[in-house]
Amino acid sequence: MTETAISYSDPNRPVAFTQAHIGWAPWLKPLDESQLTQRHWDGLTEASRAKSPYFMLLARDPDILGARTRTDKDIFYNPDAGLPRAERELAAAATSRSNGCIFCASVHARFASTYSKRSEDVDRLLEGGVEVDLGSRWNALVDASVKLTSTPSEFGEEQIGRLREEGLDDLAIADLIYSAAFFNWANRLMLSLGEPTPAA
Amino acid sequence: MSHPHFDVIDRLAGISPGSAVDRIRSNRQVARDNAQTSYAALFAPATPGTVLLEERFAIAYFVAGLHRDETIATFYRDQLVALGRRGLVDAVSAEIVRGQATGPYGSYPAGPLSSEDKPGLEYRPDSANRDVLGRLGAAFSHAHLLVFRPRDASSAALGMLLNAGWITDDIVKLSQLIAFLSFQIRVVTGLRALAASQQQAVAAE
Repeated sequence: MTETAISYSDPNRPVAFTQAHIGWAPWLKPLDESQLTQRHWDGLTEASRAKSPYFMLLARDPDILGARTRTDKDIFYNPDAGLPRAERELAAAATSRSNGCIFCASVHARFASTYSKRSEDVDRLLEGGVEVDLGSRWNALVDASVKLTSTPSEFGEEQIGRLREEGLDDLAIADLIYSAAFFNWANRLMLSLGEPTPAA
Repeated sequence: MSHPHFDVIDRLAGISPGSAVDRIRSNRQVARDNAQTSYAALFAPATPGTVLLEERFAIAYFVAGLHRDETIATFYRDQLVALGRRGLVDAVSAEIVRGQATGPYGSYPAGPLSSEDKPGLEYRPDSANRDVLGRLGAAFSHAHLLVFRPRDASSAALGMLLNAGWITDDIVKLSQLIAFLSFQIRVVTGLRALAASQQQAVAAE
C-alpha cells in the first residue's frame, strides 16, 4: 500500500503562542499499540506514552527514541545542582518561541510558570517575543538560548560573560546550553511531523 | 565499536579527560551517555535498514555544513568520503554553498503572528546534481527546511519525501537525524565556548 501524508483543515488550529493545554496531531501514521514489540516498549520508556500519537510515531525508530528520551530527562529533571528547573524550562520556552513551535512553547511555558511562579512574565515572552524585557537574569538566559538557536550559532564569550554576571556557575551554564540545544531537537520534530490542535 | 569510551561531542568540542568541562559533563552523565547512544543509533546502527549509511552521512555533512562549523562538517565529510562515491561528496560540498542562509526564518499560520513572518531562501538542490543525489535531493530540501525554517514545515513537505521514495519509517529516521544534529552541533558550540572562557579566566589569574 502506498503511504501518504495526513493533512487537516481545522479552522480552529492554534495560530498564537499560549500557555493553554493545546494538542498535537501527526502528519504520518503512528504505530498501533498492537504492533509494539519489547524493543518498542523499551524505546517508549513509559507505558503511558503508548497513548501519545507523537511518541507512537517516533516509536517507528525505537532505539533513537529511547536514547533521546533519556537525554531529555537528565537535562531537565536531574535535580543535582546547576540551573534551577524553572530556568531550564525558560530556556526551552525561549528556544521554542524563537524557532516558532507553538505546541512546544505551550508545554514548557506552563512548566516555567509552575516552577518560577512568574506566569505573567512567561505570558509576556510568548506574546511579545524573545526581545521583551523580563529583568536582567531572565534576559540573559533568553538571549543565550536565542543566540545558540540561531543558525549559524551566535553564542559565545559575550553570552557566557553575561550569564556569569548573573551568578550562574559553569554547571548552570552547561545546563542552559543543554536545555536550549535539546529544544532545537524537540522543536524540529514537533514542527515537522505534525501540527498543534485546539484545546479540548 | 573499537572505541568503547569514544564520545563524539567531547571530540568535536575538544574536551579532554580531566579538564574542567569534562568534570562538568560528568554531572550530567546520563545525558552525556545517551547523546552518544543517540549518535550511535543514527550513524552506527546494528542494521541500517532502508536508510543507507552513505545517505545518513551525506545528510549529516550537509546539515553540519549549513551550520558553518568547519570541525563538525569535516568530521561528517570524512566519514562520507570513506563510504561514498567521490562525485557525491563534491555534490554535497556544492549544495552546502548553495544552501547558505541565516535562520530561523519562515512563516506562521495566518493570524496574529503573521507580522513576525520572515522570508528567506527556499532551497532546492541544483538540477545539475539530480542524478548524483537521487532521492537525497528531496532529503536535502527537507533538511534545509528543518535547519533554517522549521516553522514552514507542512504535511505537503512530507508528501514530497514520500514521492521521492522515502517511506514513513525512513522519514522518522531522517527527521530524528536532522533534529539530533541540530542538538549535537549546539552542544559542541556551547561547550567549546565555555571551555574557551575558562581558559581565559585561568590565563588572567
